[in-house]
Amino acid sequence: MSKYSLHEIIYGHHDLRVHVPISSCTLATGAQEVYRAIEDYIKRTGVSAEIHRVGCMGLCFLDPWIMIAGKNLPPAIYANVKPLDVEKILDRYLSEDLSGAYALRFRIDDKDYGIPLLDDKPEWKYQVRFVSRNCGIIDPESIDEYIRTGGYEGLRKALKMKPEEVIEVVRKSGLRGRGGAGFPTWLKWKITYEQKSDEKYVICNGDEGDPGAFMNRLLAESDPHRVVEGLIIAAYAVGATKGYIFVRAEKPLMADRLEKAVVEARKKGFLGEKILGTSFNFDIEVYRSAGAFVCGEETALIAAIEGRARPRQRPPYPAVSGLWGKPTLVNNVETLAHVATIFQVGVEEFTKYGTEKSKGTKMFCVTGAVKRTGVYEVPVGTTIKKLVYELAGGPIEGRKVKAVQVGGPSGGCIPFNLFDLELDYETLQAYGAIMGSGGLVVIDDSGCMVNVAKYFTDFTLAESCGKCLPCRVGMKIMNDILGRIVNGEGDVSDIEVLRDLGVSIIKTSLCGLGGSAPNPVLSTLRYFDNEYREHIENRKCPAKVCPKLVTYVIINEKCRGCGVCARQCPANAITGAAGKPHYIDSSKCVRCGACLISCPFGAIEKT
Amino acid sequence: MSRVEISKIEYAIETDVLRLVETIISKHGCNRSKLIPILQDIQNELKYLPRKVLEVVSSKLGVPISDIISVASFYHQFRLEPVGEYVFQVCFGTACYLRGASNVYEALKLATSKVSITVEKARCFGCCSLAPVVMVISTRTGEKYIHGRLNTNDARKIALKYSATIRK
Ligand SMILES: Cc1cc2nc3c(=O)[nH]c(=O)nc-3n(C[C@H](O)[C@H](O)[C@H](O)COP(=O)(O)O)c2cc1C
Ligand code: SF4
Ligand code: FES
Repeated sequence: MSKYSLHEIIYGHHDLRVHVPISSCTLATGAQEVYRAIEDYIKRTGVSAEIHRVGCMGLCFLDPWIMIAGKNLPPAIYANVKPLDVEKILDRYLSEDLSGAYALRFRIDDKDYGIPLLDDKPEWKYQVRFVSRNCGIIDPESIDEYIRTGGYEGLRKALKMKPEEVIEVVRKSGLRGRGGAGFPTWLKWKITYEQKSDEKYVICNGDEGDPGAFMNRLLAESDPHRVVEGLIIAAYAVGATKGYIFVRAEKPLMADRLEKAVVEARKKGFLGEKILGTSFNFDIEVYRSAGAFVCGEETALIAAIEGRARPRQRPPYPAVSGLWGKPTLVNNVETLAHVATIFQVGVEEFTKYGTEKSKGTKMFCVTGAVKRTGVYEVPVGTTIKKLVYELAGGPIEGRKVKAVQVGGPSGGCIPFNLFDLELDYETLQAYGAIMGSGGLVVIDDSGCMVNVAKYFTDFTLAESCGKCLPCRVGMKIMNDILGRIVNGEGDVSDIEVLRDLGVSIIKTSLCGLGGSAPNPVLSTLRYFDNEYREHIENRKCPAKVCPKLVTYVIINEKCRGCGVCARQCPANAITGAAGKPHYIDSSKCVRCGACLISCPFGAIEKT
Repeated sequence: MSRVEISKIEYAIETDVLRLVETIISKHGCNRSKLIPILQDIQNELKYLPRKVLEVVSSKLGVPISDIISVASFYHQFRLEPVGEYVFQVCFGTACYLRGASNVYEALKLATSKVSITVEKARCFGCCSLAPVVMVISTRTGEKYIHGRLNTNDARKIALKYSATIRK
């Protein structure tokens, strides 16, 4: 975005413009209440002000944040705002006291307010905001604001080219699919383009079922037109007349915003018949999935739109025979947003970044045991260390990072000593993980790797559609074995069985779900063999996570003798007089953990 | 299924429910490919998918009941059991799980055992950076509220807050 339009959007036409992010993550931390408090303030004080609804900029650890831009003052961002703070913050800002602000969006003069610039903060400085450029800046429900930032210019340019030329631009960009496998986008487009058919479809895959990944949600909630524009360009290139955006019911705001964007785009003539005066006709429907992980897989996704629920054998690939048996292009939300951006700003802006084999930038979600959880867009090939330590701020005080889980249920765990690895498709694969959609869950020394492996097999087992035997039965066996190990009933021979079984499930499963489901187990076996051995040989969980392998004790100094825990204990293992410290009889305890979570004083600990 | 049986089923559910199902089916079209949107709409109205209603859908669409049950039980969104005034969906996604979702879940269960609130485990809501996360759904109004960064004490507070709004 040019400096000028950024300035214009941030200041608006009033004396004061307050930007409030309304997206799933900020709503979860009370942004709606903050919004109301600001409305009240404006009404009460009568200042000439306006509230500007924006999306989320990805710095979720600030949620809910607000940005205030007043005449002759620099725009200032405030973090973790509570409704009760609003008055104080605004009063102070208007009297030119910016103390308490987290950062300045930019400076307007040399005056020093004692507040750092956002551009100087590591969580921002190291980012390259290419697809996420508008996130947190524009109103996601306003097509005019999108257009003012150069939106739909990409479509205009593309429509002036021949479809082959559009595909050639995508080839030159080197863009690879951001939905997991990293397949060259242009090649898929070309194959779909070359099919002879009376009807073709394009589908935007917004399923994002990988727990721990939400870059698609964030992008679609904060800048939905970018996704719509990318899908229209794709449809033009391959010759499709109908498109779907596939979104989950679990992410209602994402679906609403995309739906609204489609309606607005239709009103402006970017969708419908004779788009922008050309002979190109195309329209989009937002499909709300009822939610199942396997539906993210492209053949299952197509089956879901047709009213069924299971993947099928490939080939034929959807590009040849997809929805209703017609050639169908499936691309991820972020891939399509990249397409729109590449056409808007030019291929060179994209190819500047990235590695030899993978160009451009990627949005990564960093969650779990770090100080600054959020979504960061960085060049492909950035090291894990840089992302986890410099951008996300490293471990929480007093903790040590042990591993990072990359790629969700299909991915694997990379141990701390390999954090110099670069985040790109090939490197991650070579080390037993996958890029997936780009979710990184950081695990510190309070996490148990065996428990994490068990967790993922619980997940994939529940999500297996059951069509093929290796995935359905194989994952059940792996899950059972892991269940025994975390309960302290494992056998040394289990490790070999898990390895062999994992490898054969990967080789023989029909779809990518089964074909990657053993990865979390295999990668933890590879790097955290010692933790498995502790569980099996010594019946111990070193991180004190696995419930059956820990002992619950009451800390006398903290216990006030309220008796809540004793009433919750199903085994009557807790005794003590009212008002006096209680005691847990370890021989009676069934290790359910009910006491731990019921104690209002945090007096119960695991040892 | 014979005609007699169909009418028996139709007889067994209230006529307004039957009419509702018919309206929903005719809105989407009597077509197998519309099964999921049809079930979504029915659940929006009835809060869950009663077996009898599924049988009506089965006979109207001409899809075997076993297929319908398999779709309804495969997708997370669908419920085959009645629910309370509120549904507390505790995210069991990776980020939330690692940050104590199980404790929040158990705490909510304990705190709501005597009120009309259903506590269930759910998949990721995409608010992983605020883990652990709970989505509260009012089954009466359909409104959804997301709460993030919870510990067991917060969970108890939320349980109390929503319990207090339930009509006795
Ligand atoms: C089990 C499974 C789940 C998947 N989930 C997603 C998903 O949520 N989003 C997505 O874009 N791709 C997902 N994929 C990959 C898709 O099958 C497909 O490759 C992708 O949407 C293609 O888009 P791209 O080329 O733009 O990356 C999944 C694959 C598997 C095997
Ligand atoms: S690998 Fe699993 S999810 Fe995929 S088709 Fe087979 S059973 Fe279904
Ligand atoms: S893991 Fe809980 S919201 Fe994503």
